[in-house]
Amino acid sequence: MREVVVISGKGGTGKTSLTGAFAHLASNKIVCDLDVDAPDLHLLLRPQAGRTEEFFSGHVAQIDNRQCTGCGLCASMCRYDAVRVDGNTYSIDPLRCEGCRVCVAFCPAGAVLFPEKHCGHWHISSTRFGRLVHARLFPGEANSGRLVSVLKQQARQLAKSEGKELILSDGAPGIGCPVISSLSGADLAVAVTEPTPSGRHDLERVAELCGHFRIRLGVIINKFDLNPEGADGIEEFCRSKGHEVIARLAHDQIVTKAMVAGLVVTELPETDFTREVRKTWARIEELAARGKKS
Amino acid sequence: MIVAIASGKGGTGKTTVAASLSRVWERPLVAVDLDVEAPNLHLFLRPVIEESSAAWIETPVVDESRCNFCLACSDLCQFKAISVMGSVVLTFQEMCHGCGGCIAVCPQKAISPGRRELGQIGWGRAGNTQFLMGRLRIGEAMSPPLMRQVKSRLKDIIEATGRDAIVDAPPGVSCPAVNAVMGSDVIVLVTEPTPFGFHDFKLAWEAFSPLGKPMGVVINRAGVGDRKIYSFCAEMHIPILSEVPYERSAAEGYARGRIVADLSPEFRNIFVSLSLKIFELAAGSRVLEATHA
Repeated sequence: MREVVVISGKGGTGKTSLTGAFAHLASNKIVCDLDVDAPDLHLLLRPQAGRTEEFFSGHVAQIDNRQCTGCGLCASMCRYDAVRVDGNTYSIDPLRCEGCRVCVAFCPAGAVLFPEKHCGHWHISSTRFGRLVHARLFPGEANSGRLVSVLKQQARQLAKSEGKELILSDGAPGIGCPVISSLSGADLAVAVTEPTPSGRHDLERVAELCGHFRIRLGVIINKFDLNPEGADGIEEFCRSKGHEVIARLAHDQIVTKAMVAGLVVTELPETDFTREVRKTWARIEELAARGKKS
Repeated sequence: MIVAIASGKGGTGKTTVAASLSRVWERPLVAVDLDVEAPNLHLFLRPVIEESSAAWIETPVVDESRCNFCLACSDLCQFKAISVMGSVVLTFQEMCHGCGGCIAVCPQKAISPGRRELGQIGWGRAGNTQFLMGRLRIGEAMSPPLMRQVKSRLKDIIEATGRDAIVDAPPGVSCPAVNAVMGSDVIVLVTEPTPFGFHDFKLAWEAFSPLGKPMGVVINRAGVGDRKIYSFCAEMHIPILSEVPYERSAAEGYARGRIVADLSPEFRNIFVSLSLKIFELAAGSRVLEATHA
């Protein structure tokens, strides 16, 4: 079984639109949306509700005001500035609470409760391109990295039990916790970038991250025609670092058109652009078949 | 006044808006990049960085000669960053959230503070604008602790100089994004009129509404996609502060590192008018209806 994760560093480079097209083109696979913070792949894949599970992770402190003596020890020990004082009434700001349990452990009155946190939902759904494993973290929640791990475990189990050969994942933007979690165990990371200063800068950062975790990286330069020299510069960078440039794709409004129709771009009548996307996917399959970096 | 420029979906033009607003802002300003995973504002404002220093988080260092392996530290730790196996104490520095609990709870005083690098905090100037940014170390998973330190530095600057701040927030609606907009006076949500843009805009609206701060919308790449965002904003009484029309020349200018407000007098006027509407929004006065209405 192979795992391909599409990432980008910078948001808005076309990662999800391309992943949607790859989901159409790939055969015998499970599709996974690991951008649990702001997932969009379902807008293209339009899943039918299947199995839904609640996601609990970590805890949040709560002060029981009947027990609280107002000593203020919790406020002085909290490193996250999560304890609010209003006159003599103490409370915890759940958005700031890190769930570290320090206030719970040290409160001399035993006044701090520590319930488990319900952070979101995850789903296994059916789509016209097969199964989709996806989730939604509630707004403002942390621990997206753990939810990403849960999704990957589910996708792997499903792939195993149904004899699928590929897990295709849409990763999160950035280089932090959810991205690191997305990359673990991947055979190939595909970074979608664009020839803008931000695209280039953030590509360099995800490339370094992949190097750090020894993940093989291929690069798609999307919207290359907005700045052909910039695209050349990115190719030069990739060559020097040993990352294959899988494709250069033009900036084409057909992508937005497909999105508005709730379709992936390769479902529209064939054009030069969609032919390029098909070639791109064929190349990704070849690269993924080589397996993990040794 | 602190203005947070945020968006649910990445790549909708947050940095474009932050850079352009910084360019036309009339009052003394500090421009801040809190998108520490993928900081881009400096690529457009091109500040001279005068000061850069590492930011750290406190992590435990165990003196095993004093440890009696009582397990108090590993029982307390919620992040599996410290674990006692027989007569060996293992610490997992990269898992540590820096709560200080293990150090405080240890009855033997066997744990002392060490540190892990979170990234860098840079400070400089772009013309008359002060500039502040965080840059997460590659391989570091936690952005909120670094963001907290950048924000605390921002607070010092604001207290010392009385400057306004324009903050480029990270995309998304989870913990880092909420963390970024939490201390602001006004939130400007940048979106694009596409299904992805609209979907993530609704998530952001839902995430930030409980903060009770004045919020307005900038619709970037107006003219592409569909009209759903407009009907939603009208229905929910969310003010559309400006629309930045989609023009290929703007996309090309941006691709070459230009600030959109510098591309033409028309673009500049859009951001001058946006800055005035932000002041109105902050003052709680009724925001003028955007031109589309």
